[in-house]
Amino acid sequence: MSKIVIKFEDDVSTDAIYPGRYMATVLPTETPAYAFADEKAFNAKLTKKEIPQGSVLLAGSNFGCGSSREQAVSCLKGHELIIVARSFARIFRQNSVNLGLRTVAVPDIEAAEGDDLELGRDEVVNRTSGRRFRVEPLSSTQEAMIEAGGLIPYTRKRLVA
Amino acid sequence: MTIAEKILARAAGLPSVKAGDVVEPKVDLAMSHENAALVINQFNEIYQGTMLPAHVWDPSRIAIIFDHRVPAESWKTANNQRKVRQFVTAQGIGKFHEIRGDEGGICHQILPENGYVRPGALVLGTDSHTTSHGALGTFAMGIGATEMASVWALGVALNVEVPATIKVNIKGKLPSRVYAKDIILHLIGKITANGASFKVLEFHGSTIRRMSVSERLTLCNMAVEAGATSGIVPADAETLRYLKEEAGVKERIAMLDADADAVYERTVEIDVTKLVPQVACPHTVDNVKPVSAVAGKKLDQIVIGSCTNGRFDDLEIAAKILRGKKVARNVRLLIFPASGRIYQRAMEAGIIQTLARSGAVIMNSGCGCCLGIHQGALADTEVALTTTNRNFKGRMGNPNAEVYLCSPATAAASAITGQITNPQKGGK
Repeated sequence: MSKIVIKFEDDVSTDAIYPGRYMATVLPTETPAYAFADEKAFNAKLTKKEIPQGSVLLAGSNFGCGSSREQAVSCLKGHELIIVARSFARIFRQNSVNLGLRTVAVPDIEAAEGDDLELGRDEVVNRTSGRRFRVEPLSSTQEAMIEAGGLIPYTRKRLVA
Repeated sequence: MTIAEKILARAAGLPSVKAGDVVEPKVDLAMSHENAALVINQFNEIYQGTMLPAHVWDPSRIAIIFDHRVPAESWKTANNQRKVRQFVTAQGIGKFHEIRGDEGGICHQILPENGYVRPGALVLGTDSHTTSHGALGTFAMGIGATEMASVWALGVALNVEVPATIKVNIKGKLPSRVYAKDIILHLIGKITANGASFKVLEFHGSTIRRMSVSERLTLCNMAVEAGATSGIVPADAETLRYLKEEAGVKERIAMLDADADAVYERTVEIDVTKLVPQVACPHTVDNVKPVSAVAGKKLDQIVIGSCTNGRFDDLEIAAKILRGKKVARNVRLLIFPASGRIYQRAMEAGIIQTLARSGAVIMNSGCGCCLGIHQGALADTEVALTTTNRNFKGRMGNPNAEVYLCSPATAAASAITGQITNPQKGGK
């Protein structure tokens, strides 16, 4: 069971997730400090480790729109959040697969902050409301990348094959 | 097949592909900017424990251009840039553009003006505005740093989903002081910020055929703001003219167009005959209004530049409006020519002098303040009007400021009055 700790609307941009002014910071060990840096209350909870790993960030459609900056993924991965959204921007989605950030696309999801979700492969169940929602699948290649532990080990396997 | 399908089929070595297929295409050009520093980390990580030498697959197909933070705004960036230089030398990367007033500039200007992109090519870049290069009939899309590291190692992209294509037919003659920027803002407003998500926008119609490559770059640049994977203008006589005359390409250039029976997901029709200057209002790019709806809004900073609108014709339009006029005392006008070559051409044409005399600050070529790192941060509650491509909250360095997007003509006319101004009425 995963609890929704925060809910965002549509079109959350990479500038909101990881503001451009921190872009000179690239290391995945350093980027989590600036996750949602301008959402000060949420950033404080994250950096003080008040949000348990495996918690759900819920959003509307087009989550991660904008820049290709990978920091927007590594900063969330650092807190081991799970992103559930109605849809994702393409680059953000692929970056998440590449770096092992768990994203779940649920086109019709209806849930509120505090709700508990059961995240299945094909279906998400909102345990608070009892409603079930279909999950938009990843490509089989993306599944294989996740299975391999991300794009780096996946590419490594291809290189030595 | 659509243009995107043709390019991906060719690059993947398949007779045909259709929307929804996942392919592994060979990459013709792999572009990065400062974030090459992160790509290098991931690239070296791939080789960990393999006993293989960490060599890029083809150094002649990799382009690296410094533009996002030039000159370096911090020691962190300076260290990253040095690390990239060392990698470029060690690997023999061919298409490297330093921080220079002659060969430097914004990656999305450097690639076309040096003839690095050709019709039919597959171009990947670690920048979302890589969609720009579709202006030359290429399939060009943005990817992340780790995916680029994988491309550097293998020469192929491992998970490219063939996108469905939306055909955009644009017809009619543009009214005076209405430009490609106004068309793309209008289109994004119409189809919304995710209206082309995971899709290609293929641009057709008489208006497109009359557009210069520079204007087509503006159009394709912002395709990503509608969520598009790529924006493509089919190559034509203007593409050839640009590549030969402006980019100095000597070899034969192959052309590529969609098949007559290509399958499109849908068609969007736009008649620009009565289009008026458009403005994207805070804080999303699809919050688009006619300029009259926001005219009179008091401004603090105006920016002309970026990969969207920092080319010669953009500066020329601004100079025509600002000639003999002064920038209003309540605003700062910052101008970023998109490349050193454009800067020099604008100097030779007297454009730089005209702009500087009006009170504009001529900045060095590069991304400047567009992404909010340096060269023009906004104060709390300040309002900026800019020819760049994004107005997300915090985009220009301050989440408590507002950013409006417009064409160079609207920006220049507004610089004279210090408030958002219709260039068809004011600033003549």
